[in-house]
Amino acid sequence: MKFLPYGDTGVLVEAEEAIDVLALRAVALSVPGVVDAVPAARTLLVEFDPRRTSARHLAALLEVGDPNAAAAPVPDEITMRVRYDGADLEEVAAETRLSAAEVVERHCDATYLVAFGGFAPGFAYLTGLDPRLRVARLDRPRTSVPGGAVAIAGEYTGIYPRPSPGGWRLLGTVDATVWDTDRQPPALLQPGMRVRFVAT
Amino acid sequence: MIEILDPGPFASIQDRGRPGFASVGVPRSGAFDRGAFELANRLVGNARGAACVEFTLGGLMLAVQHAVTVALTGAEAPGLDWGVAISLPAGARVRFGTPSRGLRSYLAVRGGIDTPAELESRSTDTLSGLGPRPLAAGDRLRVGISVSADVLGAAATPQRMRALRVVAGPRDEWVIGDVVEALTSASWVLGADSDRIGLRLDGARLDRRAGGGELASEPTLPGAVQLPPDGRPIIFGPDAPVTGGYPVVAVVRRTDMDIAAQLRPGDPVVFTG
Repeated sequence: MKFLPYGDTGVLVEAEEAIDVLALRAVALSVPGVVDAVPAARTLLVEFDPRRTSARHLAALLEVGDPNAAAAPVPDEITMRVRYDGADLEEVAAETRLSAAEVVERHCDATYLVAFGGFAPGFAYLTGLDPRLRVARLDRPRTSVPGGAVAIAGEYTGIYPRPSPGGWRLLGTVDATVWDTDRQPPALLQPGMRVRFVAT
Repeated sequence: MIEILDPGPFASIQDRGRPGFASVGVPRSGAFDRGAFELANRLVGNARGAACVEFTLGGLMLAVQHAVTVALTGAEAPGLDWGVAISLPAGARVRFGTPSRGLRSYLAVRGGIDTPAELESRSTDTLSGLGPRPLAAGDRLRVGISVSADVLGAAATPQRMRALRVVAGPRDEWVIGDVVEALTSASWVLGADSDRIGLRLDGARLDRRAGGGELASEPTLPGAVQLPPDGRPIIFGPDAPVTGGYPVVAVVRRTDMDIAAQLRPGDPVVFTG
């Protein structure tokens, strides 16, 4: 574990992988004076009130804190029904030398971890994608991807929460509302949750 | 009710923004110059964090339907006395000129601006489109009734411009040499393409170490000095994305972002360690 300075109100913690980042996040959020703890691919940004705690104090706590204990509660698992009608399904199949049915099967076989958010409100990066399904983003992103589109790129899969530009490869569509600011919580996919996809 | 007759170059409603939603991809947003924003609310006796109008480079013109008490802080846009609570009679019109220095002005109204909130905030988020769109001519803003104190009589003193204090890291190894040294010794100018998402620096370049490969996406904060491959640093503003892939080589101290908020395109940007 490595602690890097992030201005006077933050400390960036490096971890091995997404699951460790999320375990650290659970510990950090329980510390008085911590304002927020935001995960990304392999780092956690702990934002704190410098009047109440310090980077050094936080580093000491996170270093000794048992991340496994904090992660012990069984994470929420959500199953999402997907119509595999994505515009890039055939192309992904050709590129991975699988049939379209095999791409769908592999996408549905995995249990994903909601690792972190970004790109747009409610967009979540899910890890756990079958390595065989790793494909590059589009060279030229689409100017508009429909909301609910299930997509893959690199080591991640995700769901576009609302219509937006996007460069990920589209496999299918969900009917579920992924993002709704009038709902509590607004994001269907919260960091730490487990996700499974089933084909409909 | 306050009617916007002309928003000027750019005006939006801002409060303390949306802290706590970054993990689901929501920018922090909120007033760029926090000190000026809190002062404006204090002057009119508002609860902390009441929504204000943030306007850029003056130019705002408005009419008030009912008598209201207002206060102007931030950039000293001519049109109202700065840093003091002022009563405006029903029907009054105010037209702000261009401030001689500074960029962002704050207009607080006693009772706060009471437009609908989204994710607990009335702030316009210019990146993701949360909250109301930026102000436009013809917009009518409801004034709230929630106050927490009497109107404060005393005038405040304007903030002085000074160098931005930066802290090296987290990814300063991406820069050749000492990043604070490199930032403080070069002459930077604020680029015209700067906005609430990011302040873009012109004038010099930070040399990125060759062969660094690609960095996995990392969480960011306003104040982060991000270094894209072209070597032109960007200081993240309140509406910046919450995760990003370019290395953050230094971070501006939190309170100094109030100074950064007042830099105008073409102004020198001076750093200090």
